[in-house]
Amino acid sequence: MSHDPGFKSGEEKLIYMANQIADTFQAMQPHDAVNETADHINKFWEPRMRRHLFEIIERGGQGLKPLVLEAAPKVKRPREEAGV
Amino acid sequence: MCFVNETDYGTPAVRSDKTVTLTIDGREITAPEGTSIMRAAREAGIVVPKLCASDMVKAFGSCRLCLVEIEGRGGTPASCTTPVADGLNVSTQTDRLQSIRRGVMELYMSDHPEDCPACAAGDCEMTAMAETVGLKEIRYGREGANHIWPAHDGGANPLFMEQDVSNPYFAYDASQCIVCSLCVRACEEQQGTFALTVEGRGFESRISAGMHEPFLESECVSCGACVQACPTGALREKSVIEMGMPDRSVVTTCAYCGVGCSFKAEMQGEEVVRMVPYKGGKANRGHSCVKGRFAYGYTTHKDRILNPMVREKITDPWREVTWEEAYAHVANEFRRIQYQYGKGAVGGITSSRCTNEETYLVQKLVRQGFGNNNVDTCARVCHSPTGYGLKTTFGTSAGTQDFDSIEHADVVMVIGANPTDAHPVFASRMKKRLREGAKLIVVDPRRIDLVRMPHVEASHHLPLRPGTNVAVLTALAHVIVSEGLMNETFIRERCDWDEFQDWASFVLQPENSPEAVETVSGVPAETIRAAARLYATGGNAAIYYGLGVTEHSQGSTTVMAIANLAMATGNIGRPGVGVNPLRGQNNVQGSCDMGSFPHELPGYRHISEEATRAIYESLWGVKLDDEPGLRINNMLDAAVEGSFKALYIQGEDILQSDPNTKHVAAGLEAMECVVVHDLFLNETANYAHVFLPGSTFLEKDGTFTNAERRINLVRKVMEPKCGYADWEVTQEIARAIGKDWNYQHPSEIMAEIAATTPSFSGVTYDLLEREGSVQWPCNEKAPTGTPVMHMDGFVRGKGKFIRTAYLATDEKSGPRFPLLLTTGRILSQYNVGAQTRRTDNVMWHGEDLLEIHPFDAENRGIRSGDWVKLASRSGETSLRAKITDRVAPGVVYTTFHHPDTQANVVTTEYADWATGCPEYKVTAVQVSPSNGPTEWQREYEEHSRRSRRVVQVEAAE
Repeated sequence: MSHDPGFKSGEEKLIYMANQIADTFQAMQPHDAVNETADHINKFWEPRMRRHLFEIIERGGQGLKPLVLEAAPKVKRPREEAGV
Repeated sequence: MCFVNETDYGTPAVRSDKTVTLTIDGREITAPEGTSIMRAAREAGIVVPKLCASDMVKAFGSCRLCLVEIEGRGGTPASCTTPVADGLNVSTQTDRLQSIRRGVMELYMSDHPEDCPACAAGDCEMTAMAETVGLKEIRYGREGANHIWPAHDGGANPLFMEQDVSNPYFAYDASQCIVCSLCVRACEEQQGTFALTVEGRGFESRISAGMHEPFLESECVSCGACVQACPTGALREKSVIEMGMPDRSVVTTCAYCGVGCSFKAEMQGEEVVRMVPYKGGKANRGHSCVKGRFAYGYTTHKDRILNPMVREKITDPWREVTWEEAYAHVANEFRRIQYQYGKGAVGGITSSRCTNEETYLVQKLVRQGFGNNNVDTCARVCHSPTGYGLKTTFGTSAGTQDFDSIEHADVVMVIGANPTDAHPVFASRMKKRLREGAKLIVVDPRRIDLVRMPHVEASHHLPLRPGTNVAVLTALAHVIVSEGLMNETFIRERCDWDEFQDWASFVLQPENSPEAVETVSGVPAETIRAAARLYATGGNAAIYYGLGVTEHSQGSTTVMAIANLAMATGNIGRPGVGVNPLRGQNNVQGSCDMGSFPHELPGYRHISEEATRAIYESLWGVKLDDEPGLRINNMLDAAVEGSFKALYIQGEDILQSDPNTKHVAAGLEAMECVVVHDLFLNETANYAHVFLPGSTFLEKDGTFTNAERRINLVRKVMEPKCGYADWEVTQEIARAIGKDWNYQHPSEIMAEIAATTPSFSGVTYDLLEREGSVQWPCNEKAPTGTPVMHMDGFVRGKGKFIRTAYLATDEKSGPRFPLLLTTGRILSQYNVGAQTRRTDNVMWHGEDLLEIHPFDAENRGIRSGDWVKLASRSGETSLRAKITDRVAPGVVYTTFHHPDTQANVVTTEYADWATGCPEYKVTAVQVSPSNGPTEWQREYEEHSRRSRRVVQVEAAE
């Protein structure tokens, strides 16, 4: 980054958050980590955050942990009109 | 309004199953065994004269006014120290007694100023007591040796002591003192500070703070218990000296921390004369701290903004407008922005300082009025992990006990909390129990005061490295399971046995052993083992925790680790045990209860639940969005990205309180309409387009819910200075955007809450008036509320054990940032300081200081009082250093009460995995000597100055 604003971009943060959730469930509920990760994202992520996640995945999902990618099919696709 | 005069029964109430019956002044009276004759008499309406007794402290028997005669017993025993017994025949009014009392009073009065100003004001009991006992003359005169006159017999009077006016809130005048020691005992027994003593002997005896120091310089914490206890004018509030005695009194609830103390606001007309803690208050039982009792000056501070203001750009000066203009402006802007950028481009933030009713209305405005769920609250940055963690394990997002429960605890474990500073009134109750013999375990990186203070010493202090809570708590569980110290009966009955076994096998893994955890946490394995054994086997064990638990990457996991410990040892579901989050703000619990989170409706019901939405849809006449909304930090991200443009913020200063100030500033700057609804032009208002004046807790009716789920009434004692209570302002915004709201009084809002929320269905203002307060759940199953939760089973059914693997935070110290910064509060200040900085409390804490260990200071050539630069990956700031071994080497600590320090310029964006609660408690930093404020601090100060310009317009109202 040429100009360091002192904070992460929205995308970097989103990737970080998704990975953090996956890591935690991996350790917490190893038998069911995929479902728990997807469920958590569905429960707490606003549609535009989920939409953003799908955009990252569609671009190849760089930076996302395998468990996030595995959980992605169970993440609810946001409706078009929801959010913005 | 009535004057709330509470009866002083003279000695504390006694709990006993056995009662005894005696005769006092010819009347048969029954009282619990152990009760004093004085109290038994007073309960029956017989008033025995007294000066040195109070029902807040134990009897002492020094003033000799309460003497009585007991048939068959010799002498005249003091009724305060003599317990009742079956068959006693007591006389409280005989000629002999009156004559003794007169003699005693005569001696007292011979050394009490004839023209005592407090007596004249009615704030000193001496003259009144002299009249009660029929004292007519003072035969000895006041001429001899005395404490009254500065000069005596032509020379300075060595017995005279100058008035001590060092404390900003009260004065000590020894010339009026009778050395009854009530103040000393209040300081010991009620407050637990032991700052006061009686120095000297006999006629030379004097009350003295510390080592004969001025009050302000002594260890006195200015709780005011001594002032309240003093029967004479020796200790008086300066406000009473200046204004005279109050003429009316209203019971209300303090607006500072989550203890939620009840106070009598004692008034003269529209002015507060003093705040006196209310004995009937079930949270504080008549005690207070320096903030609640004295620091109310902000409510009338000149900085309060009383007219609405608008500006086009945040670089413009403010322009005063009428309320109508302000509402129209907000409505037009929010409408325009939603039209232009979409429904989800706007949102609101509710305040944990406002009432339940006000919070409910803000979330209703967002969900019903804006048509989305972009509502969040400051609990996001403090106790959101408590919500997640306790809901997952127990089934509901709240502490399990009432504060009275501490009286039954045998072992108290304090984790990541500093109650003597942050929750002082509860801390006093805790210290009282510890002095009675309960054991204490402290888990905290700092050596907080509780670890060792007068008559309190922790059995074990686990000074863990910041960020290793989960490792240490899981190691405690390891010891409990491996040594077979769990309560199997409880687990089999109340929890899911298979889940327990899975958890037990997890905690037994070698990486969770105390020896393995010692290497990451720095806590000796033997200390972990000893603490675990004490917690599991010491009797009733209660956990109290604070933001040192929640404000971490693994905050939610830590809360679940705490719940696991309580379940494994059966310390849940009865008095004396439990899991108790100490809430930061007065109404954090309430704001969470009221549906302030973007994913849930009031009563912690997820927005995706169709049946719950249907309740509100039919009542509100709209279709609700079934998707969770944005959290504060996500709103700011979305703002930077351009999809979030307008925010209504009620009573929160996100710029100062939220992490990574630069990110918050960038987010706010990117918005087109920021509406700040507050008492003052706070730091966030520097980025606002509309300012709506707020009202203080003294200016409105409503309810606050404290850390024990207790719903307390807040009563209006004066008209809002700006004209409108906050709930009225929110209502007008709703009306301006076309919603037909017609609440006439907050009780009608509570009626709507009760009608739509099962855990509140029994709550009404009538009930609260009648009961004083209730703890939710309050419904047909618990008509007067629920002091202790999970008594006959967990709310979720079976208690759920969760594996709590330790994952190190990514915020790591290294060569560039070798130290770990952790943050917290101090007694005299409160949060961002918006209130307390505008009171004389700044005399105790005028600036934020960086606590640093002598070793780290020496390495850097830093001396106490030096300016130092504090730098992290996010930013840098500067402040003065304080060298202390309260922090371990490698750890530094500061508070965040002052905006010019901007501690949050340094904190990072790492956050709890589940809730996004920021990791305030761990930031890798470097500390170096510095010449003064950083460039950011200077720029910010300039920006702040510019953005606070106001252009006054004539006839603004």
